[in-house]
Amino acid sequence: MTLVETPAAIAARRTSWWRLLLRDKFACVAVVILLLVAVSAVVGPVLLGDLAVKQNLRAVNRPPFSLDDGWAFALGSDSLGRSVLARLVVASRTTLSVAIPAVLISLVVGSIWGMWAGYHRGRRESVSMRIADVILSFPSLLLAVVVLYVFSPSALNIILVLAIARIPIYLRAARAESAELQSRLFVDAARTFGAKSWAIIARHVAPTVLPTLFTVATLDFCFVMLTESSLSFLGIGIQPPDMSWGLMVAQGRQVLQSAWWIAVFPGLAIVVTTVSATVLASWARLAMDPGQRWRLTLPRSRRKEVKP
Amino acid sequence: MLTFLRRRITSSAIPLVVVILGVFCLARLTGDPANLYLPLSATPEMRAEFAARHGFDQPLLVQFGDYLAQVVRLDFGESLRTAEPAATAVLRAFPATLQLAGATMILAILGAVVVGSWAAYRPNSVADRVASFTSTTAASMPDFWFAIMGVLVFAVALGWLPTSGTVGAAAWVLPVLTLLIRPFGVLVQVVRGAMVSALSAPYIKVARSKGAGEVRVVFGHALRNAAPPALTVAGDLTVGLVNGAVVVETIFGWPGIGKLMITSILQRDFAVLQAAVLVTAVTIFALNIVIDACYALLDSRVRQGVTA
Repeated sequence: MTLVETPAAIAARRTSWWRLLLRDKFACVAVVILLLVAVSAVVGPVLLGDLAVKQNLRAVNRPPFSLDDGWAFALGSDSLGRSVLARLVVASRTTLSVAIPAVLISLVVGSIWGMWAGYHRGRRESVSMRIADVILSFPSLLLAVVVLYVFSPSALNIILVLAIARIPIYLRAARAESAELQSRLFVDAARTFGAKSWAIIARHVAPTVLPTLFTVATLDFCFVMLTESSLSFLGIGIQPPDMSWGLMVAQGRQVLQSAWWIAVFPGLAIVVTTVSATVLASWARLAMDPGQRWRLTLPRSRRKEVKP
Repeated sequence: MLTFLRRRITSSAIPLVVVILGVFCLARLTGDPANLYLPLSATPEMRAEFAARHGFDQPLLVQFGDYLAQVVRLDFGESLRTAEPAATAVLRAFPATLQLAGATMILAILGAVVVGSWAAYRPNSVADRVASFTSTTAASMPDFWFAIMGVLVFAVALGWLPTSGTVGAAAWVLPVLTLLIRPFGVLVQVVRGAMVSALSAPYIKVARSKGAGEVRVVFGHALRNAAPPALTVAGDLTVGLVNGAVVVETIFGWPGIGKLMITSILQRDFAVLQAAVLVTAVTIFALNIVIDACYALLDSRVRQGVTA
């Protein structure tokens, strides 16, 4: 590492986030898809809520990609004549309203706990890490299966069990970084001035650790979404009449031979959303790292050849 | 090396006990098994007799003490459902899962090493981009959906493979592929990342300049140094394989431990559930120790405790 900044690095610092994003085609597409999912989760149920549950027994098991029965049946209909498209849009709200709170809870709890443990070191650190080891060494789906069977599978319980299962991820990441930070000079200086440990964590440790944690959270969003879908698929997640993408796949599985589209589209929705979140996470990892950010100002093909 | 192993085994013992205790308590919370195993018209006396026969009338702590004492004598109790020893049920299911997981992990690691190294050999080449995109998609794939799509294409439409069962090599293709896809996707990314940095290290230049062939440079020199991070991730993925096994075994009717656990939760078959979880947990801990030992064999700094 040199302290002399290259022109590329200086240019990168001046470029706004927006510009950086526009330069990266893949990240752009990912953001557009995620926005689309978010918008359909927010306004979709209001616009299409009735359509998603309305049964049209004259249009049962209509195949997709035909507009004969109107745009609502563009992705086909299920065995009760309900529009698959409308159900997909409405289910996106359930899927996101489980995944986002679960990620936020584990992010907040895990990062505060991790920064606290890493800052103080010693016994507090080792006990915390042992707890993280115990949670992580137990397969998360199995934990969820047992817990959800005990405490009825409601959306709130799914959120809680997924949040608890993922706390160790943030705990580990936050502890590692804050343990390294707490020995740095600027933290020592703050301590010498008599700052309280909570103030040091909030003012000096958190701003440095948070970018990493946000990237971890974006990736973890995929994991949480996939686990929720698996649980719903196994019949211990979201329960009918609520809709979630995983549950829709499970319902489509029973009529797989006669109406493949009912199971295919919700699964595609899961894949597209998780891939977008992964692409965005890898972009954010570069964008949030001051030492790497300049790479984003270059075209993709030249990124790895040039050294700063 | 022996000290190293002894230290690892003692530090894994505490999490193991916590897991056993946790499952024991949670299983007891899933509801009264008497409701499931006695007729609706059962009198309170019959219920009390049922509870006394299986020891459910004792305080939880006493039950747990008895249970631990039995486990030490390798007595896992009797299945409530079939009245056979729980150990028999678990040992019958365990090999099926072990074979499935073993085949999956071997194929995933071999595949990831080849694809990851190939992608890392020329960063940003067409091969690298194809590998990156494929592995990102594979890592974000909902396994239950992938399984259903496999059934739809190869069993229903083409008729090449059976939809379930364990007889014959063809029956293994879909379960192994389904279980393989996510670990494979993640591993390719890890191997690629580690190989890119290993291949740009000075010792690779030295190896080339003394006339080593490219195969030897990539697999002999670079891979040996890229292996530790990949190994850690492979270990975590193997733990996660239990998650996949639950889904895969349910979909394909594979008579393994994942299916056994789901069945025993739904049937409130405590003894079998506890035995199954115990066997899984012990396997995972043993696996973690084996991975740490491999790590130590690969890197003498870890063995001597320099970095630890």
